Amino acid sequence: MENLKLKESSQPIISRILKSEIFHNYKKNLPAIIGSIIFVITILIAIFGPFFTVQNPYDLAEISLSDSYIPPSWVDGGDSKFLLGTDVQGRDILSAIVYGSRISMFIGIVGMLFSCGIGTFIGLISGYFGGKIDVLVMRIADIQLSFPTTLLAIFIMTMFGRGIDKILIALTMVGWVRYARTVRGEVLAVKKKEFIEASKAMGLPDFTIIFRHVLPNILTSVVVLSTIQVGRFILTEATLSFLGVGVPITKPSLGLLVKNGFDVMFSGLWWASVFPGLYIMIIVFGVNLLGDFLRDELNPKLK
Amino acid sequence: MSENLLEVKNLKTYFHTFKGIVKAVDDIDFDLKKGEILGIVGESGGGKSVTGFSIIKLIEEPGIIESGEIIFVGQDLMKKSEKEMEKIRGKEISMIFQDPMTSLNPLFTIQMQMEEALKLHTNLNENQRRERCIKLLKSVGISNPEDRLKNYPHQFSGGMRQRVIIAVAMSANPKLIIADEPTTALDVTIQAQILKLLKKLVRKNNCSLILITHDLAVISEMTDRINVMYCGKIVEQGITKEIINNNYHPYTRGLLNSIPRFSNNNKRLEVIEGIVPNMFDLPKGCKFAPRCKYKKHKCEVIEPQKIEISPEHYVSCHFPLIGDKDNE
Repeated sequence: MENLKLKESSQPIISRILKSEIFHNYKKNLPAIIGSIIFVITILIAIFGPFFTVQNPYDLAEISLSDSYIPPSWVDGGDSKFLLGTDVQGRDILSAIVYGSRISMFIGIVGMLFSCGIGTFIGLISGYFGGKIDVLVMRIADIQLSFPTTLLAIFIMTMFGRGIDKILIALTMVGWVRYARTVRGEVLAVKKKEFIEASKAMGLPDFTIIFRHVLPNILTSVVVLSTIQVGRFILTEATLSFLGVGVPITKPSLGLLVKNGFDVMFSGLWWASVFPGLYIMIIVFGVNLLGDFLRDELNPKLK
Repeated sequence: MSENLLEVKNLKTYFHTFKGIVKAVDDIDFDLKKGEILGIVGESGGGKSVTGFSIIKLIEEPGIIESGEIIFVGQDLMKKSEKEMEKIRGKEISMIFQDPMTSLNPLFTIQMQMEEALKLHTNLNENQRRERCIKLLKSVGISNPEDRLKNYPHQFSGGMRQRVIIAVAMSANPKLIIADEPTTALDVTIQAQILKLLKKLVRKNNCSLILITHDLAVISEMTDRINVMYCGKIVEQGITKEIINNNYHPYTRGLLNSIPRFSNNNKRLEVIEGIVPNMFDLPKGCKFAPRCKYKKHKCEVIEPQKIEISPEHYVSCHFPLIGDKDNE
């Protein structure tokens, strides 16, 4: 038994992952597999999709107004060139979705990384040092949490104006709170452990303790929160764009596509709005399935 | 053996809570010679651990070291900045904690945790560090250290972990080790091994040890001198043999009498009546008076001063139990 354990820990990392409990459970968890497949495929589409689309919807030279109002190819009057039909300006919906998902997923993931970085850092500092910083930060967080997220994001967007960079700022500003609170709570628990005290007694500087000893011990909840946050951010961005305060009109994300389609939906152009909406749903569904699995696996309290 | 490694003078560590001030350590003096093992013994809440933490200035809010001098190799630690203290902690003074189960970070291998101290306090290169780790593990009696270095804490038993922790504490050759109840969380057979090991290493490396415990049996086996603490005060201090055989303070006597003995198994075990007083509301005179069998009126009014009864044997009591030998 002892020897077996010794061998295990000296194996390369990939075979260790393949033999780990999480991977074992993953193989048996159908929703998790579906979720991760959806997530990987949507990412691949976002990265490589533009090479295969029939047109570049941002390039006005490729769009022809004579192609407008073409329904999906399986409906009467459909054109096999435009699988999901075209919109008012003659843009291919499928191409627009592929390009739009690029923006949506970029915003979702980068927004998550920003708010994760800032929120985790603030949470670590606030939890570890406590005292006045802690009180100040947590009261700001409380105040911010008493506003609905979307409302706050709309407020920030109307202040800054449209743009991908501005959306990222807005998402970071509304998103850091969750990280800060979760991380702070975890830090408070880890801080009481004796190995932290032992590191202090060993003479390690505070920041080394925070990043080398505290952070790795709370990483699981950050990972779980992050997966959920990606889906949440994609939705928030879609909401903002739908309301007209999100990305610029020239570079439509999925949310803006839904909005553009929605304007003409009741004149019969249902496909321009429904397909982008469905795609948002699929992405968020995949991310959430994955997030749920990770939450169940990494949270010892749910085991 | 005569040179003082550590001198603690008038140390006061108070905790300012909103219920009031807790005088966890209240005006204590003691010293520690080079190569000596000093035991600090007392009930829970007696200020033993706080004394230990005060020496390396790791008192957390709301605790404050109010006053006092902690002179370590001729330097007053109280005057050191936090940056300077970081260089002393782990290098000159290291600590061993109570619970080996949580004293190691579960996410890193033993090697990484042992090297951390070496990286910080020595300028050994990677190979030398590895060599040193192996040597340290060997010295604390861990077999095949080369393989064990790559293990994680959960792959060790409690006793083994405590050995690793001792190895970590020893890694930078500290002059002083503070062990805060190092064996409380271990079972009895392992306790003896760990203590023996600790004593052996301390003697071998010629460093000093402060052993904090509530177990008088442990302390009488291990130490050269003893401080008995009660409610933040040192009530009796002296050479171990003296304290065990010729104690004068009723509290020390009470502690010793409450150790079960095989020789008198048909008698009821003696206990010290009552509990430790509320730290917010300490008695005015002698802190031990409410529980003392021998108390007189004076004890409840005036706080006793430290008196030297015989060379190097101090006691804080108005009526020390001189000539009253009821050690059975």
